Amino acid sequence: MTLPTALPMTRRGALAAALAAVAWRPAFAMADAGAGQAEALHVLDRFAFGPAPGELERVTRIGAGAWVDEQLHPERLALPAWLADQLATLRTPGQTQRELVQRYREAQREAREAKKAETAAPDGTKAPDPAAAERRRQAALVAYESGEQRLLQALHSPRQLQEVLVDFWFNHFNVFQGKGEDRVLVESYEREAIRPHVLGRFRAMLGATTKHPAMLFYLDNWLSVAPGFQPRRKAGLFGGGGAAKAGGLNENYARELMELHTLGVDGGYTQQDVTELARILTGWTMRPQQPARRRFVDAPEAPALARGDSIFVFDSARHDDGAKTWLGRRIAPDGQLEGELALDVLAKHPSTARHIAFKLARRFVADDPPPALVERLARCFLDTDGDLRAVVQALARSPEFADPAPTKFKTPYQYVLSAVRATGIVTTNVRPLMGQLAQLGQPLYGCQTPDGWHDTQADWLNPNAITQRVNFATALAAGKLPLQRVDDPDALAGNNGLKAMERQTDRAMNGSQPVEGSTPPVDAATLLATLGPAISDKTRRAVENTPPELRAALVLGSPDFMRR
Amino acid sequence: MQRRQVLKSAAGALAWTAVGRTAFAATGNATLPGNRRLVVVFLRGAVDGLSVVAPYTEGAYYQQRSTIALARPGQDGGLLDLDGHFGLNPNLAPLMPLWQSGKLAFVHASGSPDPTRSHFDAQDYMESGTPGRKGTPDGWLNRLLGAEPAAVAPAGGRASVTRGISVGATLPRIWAGPNPVANIANGKGATKPTPLDRPQVGQAFDALYAGDDALSKAYRESRQSRAEVNEAMSADVREQMAADNGAPLPNGFPDDAGRLAQLMRRDPNVQIAFLALGGWDTHVNQGGAKGQLANRLQPLGQGLAELATRLGPAFDDTTVLVLSEFGRTARQNGTGGTDHGHGNVMWALGGNIAGGKVYGRWPGVDASALHEGRDLAITTDFRQVLAGVCMNNLRLPDDRLATVFPGFDGAALNIARA
Repeated sequence: MTLPTALPMTRRGALAAALAAVAWRPAFAMADAGAGQAEALHVLDRFAFGPAPGELERVTRIGAGAWVDEQLHPERLALPAWLADQLATLRTPGQTQRELVQRYREAQREAREAKKAETAAPDGTKAPDPAAAERRRQAALVAYESGEQRLLQALHSPRQLQEVLVDFWFNHFNVFQGKGEDRVLVESYEREAIRPHVLGRFRAMLGATTKHPAMLFYLDNWLSVAPGFQPRRKAGLFGGGGAAKAGGLNENYARELMELHTLGVDGGYTQQDVTELARILTGWTMRPQQPARRRFVDAPEAPALARGDSIFVFDSARHDDGAKTWLGRRIAPDGQLEGELALDVLAKHPSTARHIAFKLARRFVADDPPPALVERLARCFLDTDGDLRAVVQALARSPEFADPAPTKFKTPYQYVLSAVRATGIVTTNVRPLMGQLAQLGQPLYGCQTPDGWHDTQADWLNPNAITQRVNFATALAAGKLPLQRVDDPDALAGNNGLKAMERQTDRAMNGSQPVEGSTPPVDAATLLATLGPAISDKTRRAVENTPPELRAALVLGSPDFMRR
Repeated sequence: MQRRQVLKSAAGALAWTAVGRTAFAATGNATLPGNRRLVVVFLRGAVDGLSVVAPYTEGAYYQQRSTIALARPGQDGGLLDLDGHFGLNPNLAPLMPLWQSGKLAFVHASGSPDPTRSHFDAQDYMESGTPGRKGTPDGWLNRLLGAEPAAVAPAGGRASVTRGISVGATLPRIWAGPNPVANIANGKGATKPTPLDRPQVGQAFDALYAGDDALSKAYRESRQSRAEVNEAMSADVREQMAADNGAPLPNGFPDDAGRLAQLMRRDPNVQIAFLALGGWDTHVNQGGAKGQLANRLQPLGQGLAELATRLGPAFDDTTVLVLSEFGRTARQNGTGGTDHGHGNVMWALGGNIAGGKVYGRWPGVDASALHEGRDLAITTDFRQVLAGVCMNNLRLPDDRLATVFPGFDGAALNIARA
């Protein structure tokens, strides 16, 4: 494999390791070594986004179990310097919730006013306000950087299990980037409410998602108030629309909190429980306009709150102060503590344990996970008070997980990431990947509904998916994707950013001329060494019978590589 | 002659004549005879049916919805009168010509008898066609595909994979099952050139996907359907269709619907098609004649009208059904929107629909008539409508109905033109 010369040292090191692995191959002829390699591939396929060059060799050497133990403590694994540097150039992670929301609202307000002024001027010649345009571009940039930080880390962070779990838990507590303010908030949500907790306590993640403005906004709880509540200000609650002056309940979040985030749809609750939980959570809202009043600070969520970033507030004036009966228990009026109690109850509930255990087992083991495994993981969840590190560890050590057969069909996200990782291409421009994910039906942060993306072969295997993946593999292997293009970061961040990305990718994939930022063709022999037993002998024979320039495409587009 | 051959084989295989219908009415148009088609449009997220077809003569409707009710016909932003009691949302004005010509009907207060207010369970039930039963492995459109005889047996008897077409990057639950279904991408992606179109690349991958496994089968279905779509949608055809039927379409649903219609018109193999459209979960500020819901309904109405127009003569043999998993609360909630409810309205368009009529027993939206005191009640099981369309519009043999809707023993609702 030929690599561009300007690559960071770390990648050269990895390449050297990969080449060493190729030279070493005869050593794996022994049955035990073969089994070790199969185990290594298995954990890299399930707890990482597939092997990158050199990783199969390293994990085989230290043992799959030792590698998993390493991964369970991501804080001990350092990011490569070039990745840390690249992430440090992003501007969004430095911004607080308040700054993000206020700037977004400001930009929206200006856009509305500009439109109004344009309509008012008879000849429509209102001069555009450059400052307003700049703020709108900033909002678009924030949206793009969300995907950039996610994909760069998923591709290149050595903390692979953490990245896999960030995908899993973001999806579990899904919010949609296409809905209003969530356009600028998904990165903050992932950084503050998801990422710190993926190997921590479930209750902490649950509380953090409940209070994050991205969730408060997405499932409308910030607007849900005691019936008959009158807002103090004339406009504002509805962005000045004045559509509904008398406030009232909105049960959207309460329902999904039980159905999707905790108990599960068959977890044993009624419509009455939904309504009562909605009443309990009235007053859980956000206030971007002024310093947040925080009456209660949960210890587990302290990192986000300690910086003074959180714009969550409990507004007692909006809270329904009556007594509630919820899940068979009487909830006495107690302000915010009612909701905290409800989250405690939900986090400890056996239905929640089973629901989470089932989803983890389906993600990491099989589409129809063995009931005994689900039962054991649920038990572990309850026994450890929702310690997610303990649950993942139990899963990794279970006999059900040990079966190395690649039974899971990759989601588009897993397929695209694993393909790029396998090539060893150091990606600095993720736009073509975002465009590809959208075309494959899984746009990043683009799941509109709160249930998140589904996770089985039945959901993702379809005729169009296979040929679309094959087309992507062909372009990637030929080095046609501009993955190393250096853009002015603002240039493609406009409102049509994603569409522009898709067009750019289309042109790159189908054109005959190399585009700027494209990479050298992928070398098939190196690729096969990187993937080891992931590629069957049958596919290897087909690859040998193909013209050299198509061999790497065939490997990445093979049925073998669609599974993990 | 092809028509006779089809009739003969269909009659032999399926005891078609025993049903006692004239299966193949001569239509004298470009499409093949007897080729009855179905297009299902699924509105995911539960569209507010009381804002689609509203009972404007009832005071309760206006009391329950103080800021989102649609004004009576004739007023500013008012409903379009349908029958003196119901009015159509003004944003669906492009559908009024179909109503006036009797090719558009509604079935109000319809839906799934299962009481769930979970979007996901309710969609699952509506797509499996078995409310309350989660274990059903397949979807009713796939079962229908298996029960329907292929209208056209291509030379050599090879079944076309484009009998069932799904628009979108994934195949939804409604298509789950053993019968092959092709899917085409949304937007222009459906017909643009790809690396696989290059012979050398295509041949290499064809060899790799020659097996009998699920992935190989999916690969081959995609390759075959792409060839068929490319043929039906070749550049000269697209040009000609555009000239016939007007300007290029805007993006989004109207574009997808228009493209699907052209494909169906050109490719008589396509018998069943499916599209889904999201964004109907209007918990906050749904608005009335203007606003969020209005902004969703406009492209829907425009797209359905495009579908009808661009199908051309094939519209005479096509039934278009619009479904959503459940309705929304009769009362507006505390945030200018509506929460998850129960009964809804189903829409049916087509040349063989006995339209210009709102079907179904109407329970009213008076507080006392509401399901659990909050939602429009259901007086028509959605399967009654689907069964009626299968039997009377698609002319599915009676004895096949049980395979499409297992466990359903309700009466089919006939909304077909006699």
